Amino acid sequence: MKVKESISRRVFLVVNAFLLSIIGFVCLAPMLHVLSCSISDPYTLARVRGFHLWPIAPFSLEGYQSVLAYKNILIGYGNTIIYVGVGILLNLFLTTTAAFVLSQKRFMPRNVIMLFLAFTMLFNGGLIPNYLLIVKLGLIDNRLAVILPSAFNVFNLIIMRSAFLEIPDALEESARLDGANDLQVLWNIILPVSKATIAVITLFVAVALWNSWFTASIYLTDHSKWPLQLFLREILINNSQRSLDTGVKASALAQQTLVKYCVIIVATLPILCIYPFMQKYFVKGMMIGSIKG
Amino acid sequence: MKLKQLAVNYRSNRLLYWILFPTLLFVFIFNYIPMFGLVISFQDFSLTKGIFGSKWINFDNFTDFFNGMYFGRTLSNTLILSALDLLFSFPAPIILALMLNEVQHLRYKKLVQTVSYMPHFISMIVVSGLIIEFTNSSGVVANIVSFFGGTPQSYISLPQYFRTIFISSEVWQNIGFNSIIYLAALSGISEELYEAARIDGAGRFRQMLNVTLPGILPMIVIMLILRCGAIMNLNFEKVLLLYSPATYQTSDVIMTYVYRIGIIKQKIGYSTAVGLFNSIVSLLLVLGANKLSKTYTEVSMF
Repeated sequence: MKVKESISRRVFLVVNAFLLSIIGFVCLAPMLHVLSCSISDPYTLARVRGFHLWPIAPFSLEGYQSVLAYKNILIGYGNTIIYVGVGILLNLFLTTTAAFVLSQKRFMPRNVIMLFLAFTMLFNGGLIPNYLLIVKLGLIDNRLAVILPSAFNVFNLIIMRSAFLEIPDALEESARLDGANDLQVLWNIILPVSKATIAVITLFVAVALWNSWFTASIYLTDHSKWPLQLFLREILINNSQRSLDTGVKASALAQQTLVKYCVIIVATLPILCIYPFMQKYFVKGMMIGSIKG
Repeated sequence: MKLKQLAVNYRSNRLLYWILFPTLLFVFIFNYIPMFGLVISFQDFSLTKGIFGSKWINFDNFTDFFNGMYFGRTLSNTLILSALDLLFSFPAPIILALMLNEVQHLRYKKLVQTVSYMPHFISMIVVSGLIIEFTNSSGVVANIVSFFGGTPQSYISLPQYFRTIFISSEVWQNIGFNSIIYLAALSGISEELYEAARIDGAGRFRQMLNVTLPGILPMIVIMLILRCGAIMNLNFEKVLLLYSPATYQTSDVIMTYVYRIGIIKQKIGYSTAVGLFNSIVSLLLVLGANKLSKTYTEVSMF
């Protein structure tokens, strides 16, 4: 009886591991394809369509060289770095200050304010009124139109506040006895012990901002302010039909195909390099957020 | 009386109030002002006349929408796409978490987890670009189909394939990342419960049914409530990248319609009304799901 169970158990484990390998492969394969194509020989690549898990020899870094020659990609990269950098700072400022105050029991209206903030998760003005607000503020074609609407997220506030609530009061009390005011307590005591939570929120915000494109697409017509994702959209989506169907010269087509893959890698790599190291924080951040949400 | 207490509280904690002020101001401007802006749903709004100068037209925008040809199509597309998403994208991460939970080789488990999170971090633009590449008439999907003797087509521009393509890509992008929360819930189940089940003679499968699933049920319910709130605004930005006039009959959802009519064609009042309809239905769905779960499972969010 016992032996029989362990055999079926073993079969189960093998099948389970096998299925998980397939899932893992499917998750990995598209990016592997892009990576392989990006260092393949452009002429063969343009002829042999399909799925490549291994680069086509002779390997070439030609694509990456031409990516660097595209002025738009560099402009987009620079803009994205500005949007992400400023966005992270603003998000952290608005989130930590609010979370700090709302975690203080001395602050009487904290429940009312939490309700005021949490209500925005249930109901909001929606696309058009938000658009109109930006128009009325005169922010069309202004970088602030991209930065401001995503500078605060209630979900992050809830995560941050829960983390602050877990900090023992004694830690804060001792600083207050030394005469520290609220800002000093926040800066010298609360923030240093909440590094893990701050890290995870920074990552979430960074990923969201790095990948965001929609707000920029409706508020910015000036290409010199476009984030990288909008140039990517031009290359990958708006031009995809044109470059495939019309009779562009073979060499130009080959070049275009190659550059497409290189651009994807250049635009995605920064994030793919960071997230594996942040994994241990995901669980904590998401648990707190969803349970107390 | 309450106001007096508040004044006293303010006087002794002045700095706290001022620290909170920027965030409150911010939320007021960017979240609450647009809510007041919803009144233009009842106006024949024109940008030059503004909210105070535009003509009030009662529910005309709404009746126009309900009687127009887009109402039925966009509403049913929204609901069908969301229902399919719920049917496939919602259980997938739970199943993945249960499968990962059975793996005893910890490094293998970690590896599969890390790899499965990856799609979540790839931008919507890149994912959509890849979908278009893979599903065009010379892409991978077409290759596979012609290998089995079918005629390759440009699947992304055919309405009958839009839903399949969209939902598969959503599952692909979120299965790993969304499983994190369930894995965390799984690790919180006490070993003693399994011990007790084993003593009662329960096999692995029975243990899963009687211990594991009840253990993560509250989490499943919470996630389901959250998911229901998102039904009306499913990932419309991705729809926007993937759809085309050729596939509107299955791909055009309410929010993409709002986008086209409002942002592109600048029919501000009308599109706000359509958006408001969407928001209200969505709010009712969250409240309804919350109430249902409160009644039947005693788990609720508020």
